[in-house]
Amino acid sequence: MTRPTAELRPSSSPPAAPARPVLAFLARPQFLALGVVLLVNWLLFPGFFDITWKDGRLFGSLIDVLNRGAPVAILAIGMTAVIATKGVDLSVGAVMAIAGATAAVMVTSGQPAILAVAVALGVGLLCGLWNGLLVTALEIQPIIATLVLMVAGRGLAQLITEGTIVTFTDPLLIFIGTGSALGLPTPVLLALGLMVLTTLIVRRSALGLLIEAVGVNRSAARFAGISAGVLLVLVYTFAGFCAALSGLIVAGDIRGADANNAGLWLELDAILAVVIGGTSLMGGRFSIPMSVVGAMIIQAMNTGILISGFSPEFNLVVKSGVIILILVLQSPMSASLFQRRIRAVKSEGGQP
Amino acid sequence: MQPLEPGRAVLEAQGIVKTFGQHKALDAVDFDLRAGEVHALLGENGAGKSTLIKILTGAYQPDGGVLRLEGAPVTFRGPLQAQDRGIGTVYQEVNLLPNRSVAENLFLGRQPTRFGLIRRKEIEAQAAQVLAAYGLDIDVRAELSDYSVAVQQIVAIARAVELSGKVLVLDEPTASLDRNEVERLFDVVRGLKARGLGIIFITHFLDQVFELADRVTILRNGRKIATQDLAGLSTTDVVRMMLGKDVAFDHHPSGLGESVRGAPRVTFTGLGRKGGVAPFSLSMHEGEVVGVAGLLGSGRTEMARLMFGIDTADGGTVVVDGAPATIRNPAQAVAAGFGFCPEDRKIDGIFGDLSVRENIIIALQAKLGWFKALNRDEQIELAGRYAEALDIRAADHDMPVKLLSGGNQQKVILGRWLAIDPTFLILDEPTRGIDVGAHAEIVRTINRLREEGMALFVISSELDEVVAYSNRVVVMRDREMVAELTGENVAPDAIVQAIAGTLPAATPIAKETQP
Repeated sequence: MTRPTAELRPSSSPPAAPARPVLAFLARPQFLALGVVLLVNWLLFPGFFDITWKDGRLFGSLIDVLNRGAPVAILAIGMTAVIATKGVDLSVGAVMAIAGATAAVMVTSGQPAILAVAVALGVGLLCGLWNGLLVTALEIQPIIATLVLMVAGRGLAQLITEGTIVTFTDPLLIFIGTGSALGLPTPVLLALGLMVLTTLIVRRSALGLLIEAVGVNRSAARFAGISAGVLLVLVYTFAGFCAALSGLIVAGDIRGADANNAGLWLELDAILAVVIGGTSLMGGRFSIPMSVVGAMIIQAMNTGILISGFSPEFNLVVKSGVIILILVLQSPMSASLFQRRIRAVKSEGGQP
Repeated sequence: MQPLEPGRAVLEAQGIVKTFGQHKALDAVDFDLRAGEVHALLGENGAGKSTLIKILTGAYQPDGGVLRLEGAPVTFRGPLQAQDRGIGTVYQEVNLLPNRSVAENLFLGRQPTRFGLIRRKEIEAQAAQVLAAYGLDIDVRAELSDYSVAVQQIVAIARAVELSGKVLVLDEPTASLDRNEVERLFDVVRGLKARGLGIIFITHFLDQVFELADRVTILRNGRKIATQDLAGLSTTDVVRMMLGKDVAFDHHPSGLGESVRGAPRVTFTGLGRKGGVAPFSLSMHEGEVVGVAGLLGSGRTEMARLMFGIDTADGGTVVVDGAPATIRNPAQAVAAGFGFCPEDRKIDGIFGDLSVRENIIIALQAKLGWFKALNRDEQIELAGRYAEALDIRAADHDMPVKLLSGGNQQKVILGRWLAIDPTFLILDEPTRGIDVGAHAEIVRTINRLREEGMALFVISSELDEVVAYSNRVVVMRDREMVAELTGENVAPDAIVQAIAGTLPAATPIAKETQP
């Protein structure tokens, strides 16, 4: 039963092409939600918007939001491509742990750090490739296929660390987690760079359209000559890469690899960020920058609750409330309500 | 259900107006339905048929005009209310629960209960009794999906009639049925007519209108053109009223079969698949339409799927423009310059959420590859060109294709393939379930493409249509190519005989041995 609601409504009102695309972009409910969350943070903690320059980098709560949100933002970038194909990747949290463990064990056993980073990212790619093959060659449903690695991956990570938390003092790994450049923390730069690069590649090439086509109707994609299998393997592999990068950041941040807790439950935050960003779990249209905005909304809430002194348990309840609010704002019903209001305002003769 | 007096008006609409934004979908339309008649509602897509039906069944509220049910003015606040007042609707796609039993489907929402528990035995007994009146003797405990679409359709009708009982709206009920199933459905409808129901019948098949309906109302551009008794009208009259102009298919031009053939463009030799189609050999030449005839399930679609690499052939060779080609998946077929408009456009054809523009350029983009992206201007130009060439009616090309009518969607898919400038185009039932105007447009396009030198392979159940554009006709029976008709044998009679296996003149195809 996948009859889209839009079809049931009279087909008279496809949204008119906006005259000012930048304004239309910023008028999305996600930015409104982000603004409200930041505003509430400011009310709870008046110094929230203060930013200072110290030791050659920026400091402040806003920078903290960006920095703490970067791992989920990076996961969300990969997750967006997967969800656009009507799939999902539950294994990204476990892949983070595997990548962190791999890098940590390699540097502590005396391997060069640059090699450790490369191998960790390579392991992430392999994990993604595994997921992609399960989904395409064996045609296992994505949620089940990636569940395999979600469960097994944490075991693998523990095998790699031999059950201990492997700490390290390698400067490169620590730089990835806590360093800074150009005045910004490294994780922020990595997330920003990945977002811009991925968006450019996806939108300047035909990949974005072809991924959307596979997500909207995989059978029709096949009939139209699109090699859906190759695309699917590609997006899962990319999600694995993103997870590994995220895992390196988290490991560098605590200067150690914790196979049990690194990236725990972050796959759910990543999925949530994508959904808040407006990409449907039914596949199709997607936006990578909006998923990053979604990740920032989630982190702004986390940070706000922490700095305002509420107990972290409170976090989960508040988070769910805000999520419900955002989803309601995005629903077709509120979209039609919005349009009716706009029309009503317009028909009053354009008076302010 | 109280008996209704035949001939009296059950449902009347006067001066119905409905506007969407600027667009007047219905402009002062009158309609009346009598008890004991089958009343066909005809019109091209966009004529206002579905808007009128939605108003009559309570899904839309009219902006003006009056509805009368058995003489008394009524307003329906929603489909449920219309259903309670006696107006039942059955759609093309059965709107029941396939995974529940037939009996449960019949009584869903009004099950007899005792102490809040459903009385299953009683439901089953009642269901069997009800369905017997419709000539169905089936196990009502079995899941609905165990039965054919025709039986499901009859169950849906039974449910609608039992719930409502005065007016029955049949919206394209026969689109997915074969000939025998249509007969069976029509028997049921005739029975209901005799019981005094008023029946509104919407279809794209004009012959079915003449077979079943008593009167017809024709809409065009939101206005009523006529309501007339069908006795005394000809098909041409009806089509003329629907289109407001004379249309005639270009009938099989004389000498088409004998015209000098161009060079072979695509040659299949010994292509076959176990459990699919027996190995066949066929060559398509420049400027040639090869029609495919055969009953449903005779292997026509399977043949096309093999050619396009959707199913992988067990053996055989393909030669395209003189060079051997490997076609083991659709991507390779597209790379070889093949195009394929599938039979089920909703499942295999359109990308509902993508725009008209993207739907048109997608095959070309797939052929060009990931990194040769068509930029926005190129996309707009391509979409504009094919929308114009095929008369695709869309308010703008950025709207989702799912909002277009079936005929326009079919033209979008055709445009998608024309955009890759194919050497060989496969069309599987290109005119099924679309309105008369789009139908004529597609037949015209097939003829034009042939004249331009393309090789086409066209599957159709409409023999008149196959004959109208084919140079040759191959006939399928029991998953085997059994005859190839040329020249004067490209005629409905000869095709029917070949399908039935009684055509003496046809050269039987020598059985290929698989390499």
